[in-house]
Amino acid sequence: MAGKCLYLIILLIPDMEGKVVVIGAGAAGMEISGQLAKAGYPVTLLEKNTLAGGHVRNWYHLFPDMRDSMEVIHYLDEINGNRNISVHYGTEVSDIQKKHGSFMVNSTDGTYYEADAVVVATGFDLFRSERKEEYGYGIYDNVITSAELELMFRKGEIRRHDGTIPQKIGLVHCVGSRDEKVGNPYCSKLCCVAAVKQAMELKKHIPSSRVFCFYMDIRMGGAHYEELYRESQEKYSVNYIRGKVSEVSENIENRLIVKVEDTLAGRPLKMELDLLILMAGMEMSKSGLALAENTGLKTGENRFFAAADNHTGSNRGNMKGIFYAGTCTAPMNITETISHARAALPEVIDYLESRKK
Amino acid sequence: MDKFGFSILKGRHIDYDSNDRSVADYISSKEPSFNVCIECGCCTATCTTGNFTSFSLRELQILLKRGENDKVHDVISKCMLCGKCTLVCPRGVNTRNVITLAREAFKLKIKNAV
Repeated sequence: MAGKCLYLIILLIPDMEGKVVVIGAGAAGMEISGQLAKAGYPVTLLEKNTLAGGHVRNWYHLFPDMRDSMEVIHYLDEINGNRNISVHYGTEVSDIQKKHGSFMVNSTDGTYYEADAVVVATGFDLFRSERKEEYGYGIYDNVITSAELELMFRKGEIRRHDGTIPQKIGLVHCVGSRDEKVGNPYCSKLCCVAAVKQAMELKKHIPSSRVFCFYMDIRMGGAHYEELYRESQEKYSVNYIRGKVSEVSENIENRLIVKVEDTLAGRPLKMELDLLILMAGMEMSKSGLALAENTGLKTGENRFFAAADNHTGSNRGNMKGIFYAGTCTAPMNITETISHARAALPEVIDYLESRKK
Repeated sequence: MDKFGFSILKGRHIDYDSNDRSVADYISSKEPSFNVCIECGCCTATCTTGNFTSFSLRELQILLKRGENDKVHDVISKCMLCGKCTLVCPRGVNTRNVITLAREAFKLKIKNAV
């Protein structure tokens, strides 16, 4: 009994040494929170939405092995079940102030959280496809984004706007990536493999359909990506046309017309489609950008948080005691996001322990 | 290997070493964005001239880079300089200036000035 009381007393004493605030409860934020809590550090996890899990929650099956994204969510939920973590939903961070060696993390609703170290895991936003106006998103009903297609997969129904089943479907790579015209010269690197995955799933849902990927370069740099690409050709007869779509229009029958150069055939190509999917790229999140500006955190050329060292310190930035985890530093897949977040653990612990001395 | 006739007919291959790339060099010295093309074909897809003729800016610029100037010389005049290609180029190539400079280079070439 006495032991239990002592334990409770220890729990109730506010221990400011080693208290960490993690901003963002997506895959990265949940991973680092779980790891820190497991190592015995109290974590306050702040999430602007009402649910944890970030973008992963919106995906259906994950490349390259087509597992259900919910399995990853379950893993993250499990490591976040640690009592050292207190999660605050609906809390958007406006800025971080450094005071006498510790931090004040201010939320937009006026509350603040004290911390000895901060991990920023504000993630990414998908490129808003309506900005690429010539592709007709928001203008033509049957132009949708890759994220919207994932929701259709989850529902188990792939439909055109009028409720009919699309038989000829196109996927446009590099929407908002590798495009100077929208200010994103960088490669989001996941859209290629996501397109391959979605093309295969479209064929699984609608075996009679024909699916076309329009690409500039196919980038299959991840584990098992190239195999997936090959499988999409071998088993699902997905067609690949090398050329950047220049514009999309609609004909009188409400079908989409895509204009592209088939660069390998060396001829302009026109194609009618029932449904067009825009593979939206990854951008630094709006909330991450605001946080950078208000706090003085440096961003790089592509607006993601700038690393202290590109090779050896991508979890650190320009402010001591503030760390980065996940896609707020660069486009990453889920595997990379979790690895990157996990890699922040020794960095944070080193910093906290050095402060004690 | 000679017995198998393992050689490429002269007219078939790009003779990179003997080809004259002075036109491409001239363009890239005055318009460095000429170098950053990734052959996506967006310019050709949107091209007004390409809608009616076999004109393809993507093809022309790669031919210039390989020194296949003869294939470009006769068609470069077809472009109407409408500039749609410049609007769509994801790499920010100043395509219109590339055309203008190519024409300029061919004119100078006749005078042996390139």
